[in-house]
Amino acid sequence: MYNTTYRRASSIDEAVKLLSDAEDGKFVAGGQTLIPTMKARLAAPSDLIDLRHIADLKGVTVAGDRVKIGAGTTHAEVASNAALAKACPALCHMASHIGDPHVRHMGTLGGSVANNDPAADYPAALLALSATVHTSKREIPADDFFTGLFETALAEDEIVTAVSFSLPEKAGYAKFPNPASRYALTGVFVAKRPDSVRVAVTGAGEEGVFRAGELETALASSFDAAALDGAKVSADKLMSDIHASAEYRANLVVVMAKRAVQAALA
Amino acid sequence: MGIEGIGARVARKEDKRFITGLGRYVDDMTVPGMKHAAFVRSPHAHANIRSINVDAASDMPGVIGVLTGRELQADGIGNLICGWMVHSKDGSPMKMGAWSALATEKVRYVGDAVAIVVADTKGQARDAAEAVEIDYEELPAITDAVKALDENAPQLHPEAEGNLIYDWEIGDSAATDSALADAAHVTRMKIVNNRLIPNAMEPRAALGHYDKAEDHYTCWTTSQNPHVARLVMSAFYNVAPENKLRVIAPDVGGGFGSKIFIYPEEIVCLWASKRTGVPVKWVADRTESFLTDAHGRDHVTEVQMAFGADNRITGLKVDTIANFGAYMSLFSSSVPTYLYATLLSGQYDIPAIHANVRGVYTNTAPVDAYRGAGRPEATYVVERTVETAARELGISPAELRRKNFIREFPHQTPVIMNYDAGDYDASLEAAMREADYDGFAARRAEAEKRGRKRGIGMSCYIEACGIAPSAAVGSLGAGVGLWESAEVRVNAAGTIEVLTGSHSHGQGHETTFSQLVAHRFGVPIEQVSIVHGDTDKVQMGMGTYGSRSGAVGMSAIAKALDKVEAKAKKIAAHLLEADESDIVIENGEAKVAGTDKTVPWFQVALAAYTAHNLPEGMEPGLKEGAFYDPTNFTFPAGCYICEVEVDPETGHTDIVQFVAADDFGNIVNPMIVEGQVHGGLAQGIGQALLEGCHYDPATGQLITASYMDYTMPRAADLPSFRVSTTNTPCPGNPLGIKGCGEAGAIGSPPALINAITDAIGNNDLTMPATPQRVWAAMQ
Amino acid sequence: MADVTMTVNGRKISGTVEDRTLLVHFLRENEGLTGTHVGCDTSQCGACVVHVDGMAVKSCTMLAAQASGSEVLTIEGLADGAELHPVQAAFKEHHGLQCGFCTPGMIMAAADMIRRHPEGLDEKTVRAELEGNICRCTGYHNIVKAILAASEAMGGKAKAA
Repeated sequence: MYNTTYRRASSIDEAVKLLSDAEDGKFVAGGQTLIPTMKARLAAPSDLIDLRHIADLKGVTVAGDRVKIGAGTTHAEVASNAALAKACPALCHMASHIGDPHVRHMGTLGGSVANNDPAADYPAALLALSATVHTSKREIPADDFFTGLFETALAEDEIVTAVSFSLPEKAGYAKFPNPASRYALTGVFVAKRPDSVRVAVTGAGEEGVFRAGELETALASSFDAAALDGAKVSADKLMSDIHASAEYRANLVVVMAKRAVQAALA
Repeated sequence: MGIEGIGARVARKEDKRFITGLGRYVDDMTVPGMKHAAFVRSPHAHANIRSINVDAASDMPGVIGVLTGRELQADGIGNLICGWMVHSKDGSPMKMGAWSALATEKVRYVGDAVAIVVADTKGQARDAAEAVEIDYEELPAITDAVKALDENAPQLHPEAEGNLIYDWEIGDSAATDSALADAAHVTRMKIVNNRLIPNAMEPRAALGHYDKAEDHYTCWTTSQNPHVARLVMSAFYNVAPENKLRVIAPDVGGGFGSKIFIYPEEIVCLWASKRTGVPVKWVADRTESFLTDAHGRDHVTEVQMAFGADNRITGLKVDTIANFGAYMSLFSSSVPTYLYATLLSGQYDIPAIHANVRGVYTNTAPVDAYRGAGRPEATYVVERTVETAARELGISPAELRRKNFIREFPHQTPVIMNYDAGDYDASLEAAMREADYDGFAARRAEAEKRGRKRGIGMSCYIEACGIAPSAAVGSLGAGVGLWESAEVRVNAAGTIEVLTGSHSHGQGHETTFSQLVAHRFGVPIEQVSIVHGDTDKVQMGMGTYGSRSGAVGMSAIAKALDKVEAKAKKIAAHLLEADESDIVIENGEAKVAGTDKTVPWFQVALAAYTAHNLPEGMEPGLKEGAFYDPTNFTFPAGCYICEVEVDPETGHTDIVQFVAADDFGNIVNPMIVEGQVHGGLAQGIGQALLEGCHYDPATGQLITASYMDYTMPRAADLPSFRVSTTNTPCPGNPLGIKGCGEAGAIGSPPALINAITDAIGNNDLTMPATPQRVWAAMQ
Repeated sequence: MADVTMTVNGRKISGTVEDRTLLVHFLRENEGLTGTHVGCDTSQCGACVVHVDGMAVKSCTMLAAQASGSEVLTIEGLADGAELHPVQAAFKEHHGLQCGFCTPGMIMAAADMIRRHPEGLDEKTVRAELEGNICRCTGYHNIVKAILAASEAMGGKAKAA
């Protein structure tokens, strides 16, 4: 790791100020991606502004059909939140399969969303749930937030403060992990609402998380795994690496979508 | 056996420090004034070094020294060598390319060390390492051993034309060809044995300390054989004379072969300590381990197995290309030859065998012994081929194996080995019973209903362990003898210290070696200390690998105990005024057999040291040493049966049952033996299912250079194992021990691949059987 | 440089370190607590697991400065004096370790796992929960056995209390 300067913020305003004062600063929440990246000398921020002690970023609220989760909420807290488990168990299930138990104690929703790793789980959930990303400056629909590999609509000095969404009728998540890293080789989050079905795919797309339109159409007419029998997605624009060819990922997208639907209906 | 003697399930003595965080590994050591090293490594797989400029790096904060191969060579530090001479079939010696601990003119793999930076902190050393300016002229690289033999392939070493190290053969070519020509059936296969990266959890490390006052060097290193390290660093690399070099291998966090070899880093740290005047510590990070630990396996083999009309195997012909990587590591030459082709007879009576092996340089990390070393490759060839033959011949895999088992011992194979004892029917039957082999069809039908493809596969392996009779390996080219030494020191108050040349890095020697002493004298194991891993304490030893510590290391202790016991009996007889032949030592006392006349053990010891009342002419003291040189290899064998379920939609394989029935001869501590089998199985299953080392063929970059891409077996990838033993004592050593450290890794890969190919109905599947590959094989 | 203050194994300590210093290096080098190990660079092997404010975390993926103000428990502080923690005792009894290098992280992970599962554990759960801890020696067989035994032992104790 290159040297850096650690700064701890106690409020969102202070964090923004610390960043603007820094030469080439970066926010850190749980640090479960950023610290390893710095250790590999692939990132060298002059300053690290720690958001973990900002009380305003924490907590889960379920009010009526609205859910709001503070960006500083850890994966372990999301996974074990009782109100959320009742309202949207698919999200708890998803959070309980991010990384490993130790990573889940540190890693946060906001960090995962802001990083937008193409194999991270949260982006698929947010896209499928038509979520809103709340930041220190504005509110951004998930549809506009994830803009490419590790790319988001966030400005340099903008902090994700929370994510909110209205509860779907049903939702499910199924992930086929990369055998080595345990990130999603392909993960599919499905969310059904009275008028629509969304199918969001992570781990597979060359440009990061995406919606599988052909699967959404099939499921809109019948929200049942059988509706996907024989369905195919194109391998174009899917990633190919030593763990999975684009063709294999295309297969996994359909299989995981089916399993996500089964989970939603279970 | 006694509650702590041979055969007792004794909890480990060494655990106390490990479970409380008090283990002492190399990275835990500090020496006053110690500084930290980072190596500058080649980012290219193949390049000429035009120039190296260390000026900027030398001026960085905290930097004490930046040293390159030019200074190393100027100080007369020798090139690294391979210590086992293998000759090609034309009689020419193997072609060993020069390997300088720090490259000066050319780099040959990604990770090749070029310079060392010593600085106050590890971070500063890393910072400065990045500032060393090296001008490389990139050259085309080759990573695939088969392609490296092509006429136009990039050439690595001027010493080895066509990248060929040797073209070696064993067995009777003509007899094997005629068996193939006359065969009723021939099974032919192309078999790839995938390259593996060892991944002991403790990364390699070295701390070199030159003491100017004494003109003496100390090296703490992660070694399985510190004495061999001292010998090689003294005799071949000119680091220091043996009497001026102390090598200490303290607690070592796993080895699996990768810590046998002497690497550039320990040599350079020792030398750099003298050059810079400070103690120098280097600890690999995991990616350095991936890049530079000696890798394992990497064979491509064409095999033909001939059968008579009665389904008896009549001949076996094998042609193997073995990837050696960029340099010949310490024992690399022996792995695909004498540790591989000599085991190709498996458990079967095969009248004619011929193997041809070509060793090849490529722009990859050096390849050497990894758990099993040659024997897993042989077992995979034989057991995949036999299983495939059974399918082709339409008979049950068990039946075909039974038809061909060796049943009379000793058995001379056509490929050097002389099997001394075994009962292959017993382990096959034990495994089939435990696996409920007969109930498989019903389980498969039930799985089918759940939409899962279920398969079963077996493997009957044999290995040669207890490495090794010195004269025999000497005649085959080994540069060292493979005996073991021991010294037993009985202290004046009766406690006992055992000094051994074996080295424990997880095997539990502190417990099992103590059990041997407890068994002999009936003293509690807490009164026995095992001393190992320090060349200042133990005079000489050959270390731990090749499942040799029980069969060879403990045999040396047993031999020393014989001498101690003989002298102790003389003393006891004198004290008890009895005849020496009537004395027995047990339960912590010496007594006259058949009487109530006894003398406690500690009084025998005390008498030896007070020397007030010893038999006429006896020297004081009770301390004896012994060297034990085995008379033959040992031959552990067994049968493994694996049952899997494959998810047809994803290609994911679940191991639903894994049964191991091993014949290890006599067993000292069943709990520890079971643990060795579990660990070996996990590594064999890892090879077959998960672990695939991958170099980019175009650039020679290691793609699987971290746990992000190299799949380590995790708990959820594995089942609980069902292990048992069927023991036929080894006639070749005093304890009847065969060895158990490698069996699991040797026997399991073919069992697993046989099971998956059975499940999916396609025999064309290479290791590791990743979900993607299995899915593709089902399309 | 960062001024760091924390409670480690019940003892309040402080130090001044480079900001880039990882918690694991602070513990090992400043405090001499070498039981916590580093086995990888990518936050996967778990040899470095310690408890921070009561929860298992990877001390190689946290700066010492991030942990300032926290309560840290390492393997050296797990036993109650001479009496082993039930997880330590179970690892010994069931031969849940060989080379010992992953063991401190395994034990700290296991203690955390048992805390999070007061209802008890089964083999499948234990194996899934060990996702963040890699062992190369044992094939996990006896580690799983040890954790199940410790969970049972500690559950019994809790009920009795």
